[in-house]
Formats: sequence, structure tokens, C-alpha cells
Amino acid sequence: MEEPINDPGQTPKPNDTSPNHKIEELDAEALLDKQIKRRRFIAFGSFIVLQAAAFGGWKWLANSPEEVKTVTAGAKAPLRRALNQTELFCRRLFSGNHLVKTYPKEMVPKNLRSNSYVGMPDNFNPANWKMQVVKSPTETLTLTIDDIKALPKTELIYDFKCVEGWDQIQHWAGVKFSDFVAHYKLDKQAAMEYVGFATEDKQYYVGIDMPSALHPQTLLAYEVNDGPIPIQNGAPLRLIIPVKYGIKNLKRIATISFSNQRPPDYWAEQGYDYYSGL
Amino acid sequence: MKKIVEKHSLAMRWFHWINFPVLFLMTWSGMLIYWGNDVYKIVIGGKVLFNFFPEGFYRFFNISHRLSEGMALHFLFMWFFFANGVLYVLYTIISGEWRELVPQKKSFKEAWLVVLHDLHIRKTAPPQNKYNAAQRIAYTSIIVMGFGSIITGLAIYKPVQLNWLCFICGGYHFARIIHFALTLGYVFFFLIHIFQVIMAGWKNFQSVITGFEVIDDKTLNELANEEHGRAN
Repeated sequence: MEEPINDPGQTPKPNDTSPNHKIEELDAEALLDKQIKRRRFIAFGSFIVLQAAAFGGWKWLANSPEEVKTVTAGAKAPLRRALNQTELFCRRLFSGNHLVKTYPKEMVPKNLRSNSYVGMPDNFNPANWKMQVVKSPTETLTLTIDDIKALPKTELIYDFKCVEGWDQIQHWAGVKFSDFVAHYKLDKQAAMEYVGFATEDKQYYVGIDMPSALHPQTLLAYEVNDGPIPIQNGAPLRLIIPVKYGIKNLKRIATISFSNQRPPDYWAEQGYDYYSGL
Repeated sequence: MKKIVEKHSLAMRWFHWINFPVLFLMTWSGMLIYWGNDVYKIVIGGKVLFNFFPEGFYRFFNISHRLSEGMALHFLFMWFFFANGVLYVLYTIISGEWRELVPQKKSFKEAWLVVLHDLHIRKTAPPQNKYNAAQRIAYTSIIVMGFGSIITGLAIYKPVQLNWLCFICGGYHFARIIHFALTLGYVFFFLIHIFQVIMAGWKNFQSVITGFEVIDDKTLNELANEEHGRAN
């Protein structure tokens, strides 16, 4: 005897040959076929349409025009919008109480890495260096390295992070930017949105949002590994800002200015995120 | 008479087919980023076995000097990858489908039998529900890996603001290594997955699009006989 399949109540027995049953079975089969066809059509149809839409979306992005050059440039317009939107989100996350991890001196490697020398022409004498702090269109403060060194010194041993992907534990010392602001009574300037740094030849320049600049680990550094900073690492004074990638850590600072608009930024003009916050 | 057997819910199919292009783009943009500091290699006994990646690879896929573009893409599609992953996990929990996906105690033993069966070394495979033991392990691992990518990714992305996360991941440097290794894992998973899908045939593949499989008389009979045989 043949075994009934699954549910004997619903499945007609193969030996049941009554004409009524046969017709019912054929009807049911035709209905099922129709149902299968319909479901397949809808499923494959929507699958193809959606994948085509996804591909079209990608093509649109890939072919989208480059952004109109403003303070940023070099990225596709939709990607720049996304970067700026993500910045708004990340800024809400930001807190000056979140500190970069610090390390013991023993963990600092001897060979200090250096990278990129835009804005650092040869024949530079650190002894003649002076820095301009633009307090207002009519008022500029000129400082020497001794002025800076007279301020309270802060040391920081942390993992420096380059946008390229490498990192190195480095030992820097200098004055906290917030101490610098306090000492020179730059409160009014620090109430603005941004601070801009630039080299003397104006070839390298960065813009930093004020919360990041006033982060307690942001330094105007004049020492590395307990000695003066080598020329290629930004002598005599450079920015060390652990809440940003290396691209924002401008070397050989010549001018500091304040603004409510984003100051020009070298790498943001090359397609990089303006914020570049860590 | 043949029968429609429901196999994959609509939600599962959406999650799967959204994840596919998004993970592809994350991998692609990840490579554009990795190029900026391509220091990883497989070294065995002091000999470099493989260098990630050879110059020819970069040239072939036109990867070089696209770091900023890679970062912009990565930091856009990360939102989709994250959202899709979170919704998927929530869905499996709420719908109860996790029961079909999470490995059981016996799965780890059985997975070997499945592998042996797939390699045609063993004739029979252990009985299974929707997914076999090897699939349960693979599909759960991939979710754990996805979680790992998000955690290590965040650790690299915001190592100061999320310094505790960076610490959990063993520091910035190590987090980047894990993040990279996990991506290699996806590529490995993908290759096996594609191979298995091809081996399983069209009927299995189409069910990830339509959601159902049609089982005909013959298969139904076979299934019934199997059931009968097992009862004996």
C-alpha cells in the first residue's frame, strides 16, 4: 500500500479516481501555478527594479559633479554634503572632557616621523621667527618664542594619527591653547566659531572649530622628546591637536586668526573632510 | 501535487540584498583608504608570503591616490551598513528567526559532518531545519564580525571621543588591524558563500529573491519516504 503524503486529510489519495476529484485537483493545480507565476513575477520584478535603482544611484554618485569651490573643494558635491552632515552629528558627540590616551615615556620611539612640508620653504631661521595673533582687523599681537615659553608648560605623550592611516606615540611639550587664550585675554576671540592657523608663506593653512582648539590637550608645541622641535617637524612652534588628524597639526605657525566662518583649510580644498575630528 | 514552501521572509530578503551592495562599497572604499598606509603583510618565519596589496592590484582596480574619496564614501555608507545591520539583528530577535540562525550545542559537532558531506567525503548530512549546522555557524559569525567591524571602525573613527571603545579594541593601532582582518574575513565568506550558492542550484538561489520554493510531487514523495524511513 502506498503511504499517504504528509496530511492524509487534505491530499487526495493517488488511487482516488472519481471524476470530481480529478477536476478539483486540476483546478487547484492551475490555481497554484498561477499563484507561483504571479509571486515570481512580482519578486523578480521588484528585485530587478531595486537593484537597477541601486546601481543607478551609484552611477549618479559616481558621475555627480565636483563641489563648487568654497572653503572646501575637490570632493563630489553629494559626498561633501554627507561629510558636512556627519560633522554636525559628530560635533554633538564632542566633549572637551574626552581625552586622548596618554603613554609613559618609555613607549616613545626614537625616530620621530615627519610627513609633508607644504608651507615650509628652505632657508628658514627659527631665531628670526615671530608670530602674529590677529585679534581684530585693527589689532595684531606680535609674539616671540620666549613669550610663548614664558607661559605654563604642558607635556603630552600620545598616539599621533595621520589621515593616511599610520600612528606613532610622540612626546610633545608646549603651552595649552586654552592657557594661551587665557593669558593673552583672547576670550572675545575665543567666543567665535573658528580659529585659523597659517604659515608665513600662506601656502599651508588650517581651520579649527573652537571646541577642538580649546580642548585641554591642544598645544602650541615648542618641544619634542624634551628638546627643541627639528625643522622638518615644525620648529619653532607648531600646533599639536590630538582631536584632529595630522593634517590639521600645522607646523611653523606664523599667524593665528579668529572667525565665525570656516577659515581656509589646505586639505579641505583637496577633498578631505573639513572637520577631520578624532 | 506540488506545493509552495515559504522559505525566506520579505524582511530577510531586504536585509540581505541591501547589505550586499553596501558591504561591497564599504570594502571598496576601505581599500581606497588602506592604500594610504598599506603596511600589512602575511609573514611566516620571517619571509613575506603576501603583501597587501601588490602594486599591480592597485593599478588594476585604480585604487591609488584616492584616499579622500575613500574616506568620504566610507563615512557615508557606514550609516547604511550600521542601520541595516542593527535592523536585521532586531528583526531576527523580534520575529524569533534567531532560533533558526544561532548555533545550537550540537551544531559545532555537526558542522564537520556537513563540511565532509559537502566535500563528498561523507554520504549523508545530519538532519536540519532551515539551515544546517555549518550555515548556522557561518551566518551567526558574519553578524558577530559585522558587530566587530562597527566597534573597531568606531574606535578608529573617533579614537579620542570614544577612547574607551578604542581601549577595548586594544588601542588604535590594533583596532585598525582587526578592522582590516575582518574585511578579509568577509571576502573569504563571500567566496565560499558564492560557491555554495552555485552548488545548491537555482531553486535555492531564487528563493532568496522570491521567498519560496516549489516542491513537486517527486520531492514530496521522497521527503515522505525519508520521513517514513526515519520513523522505522
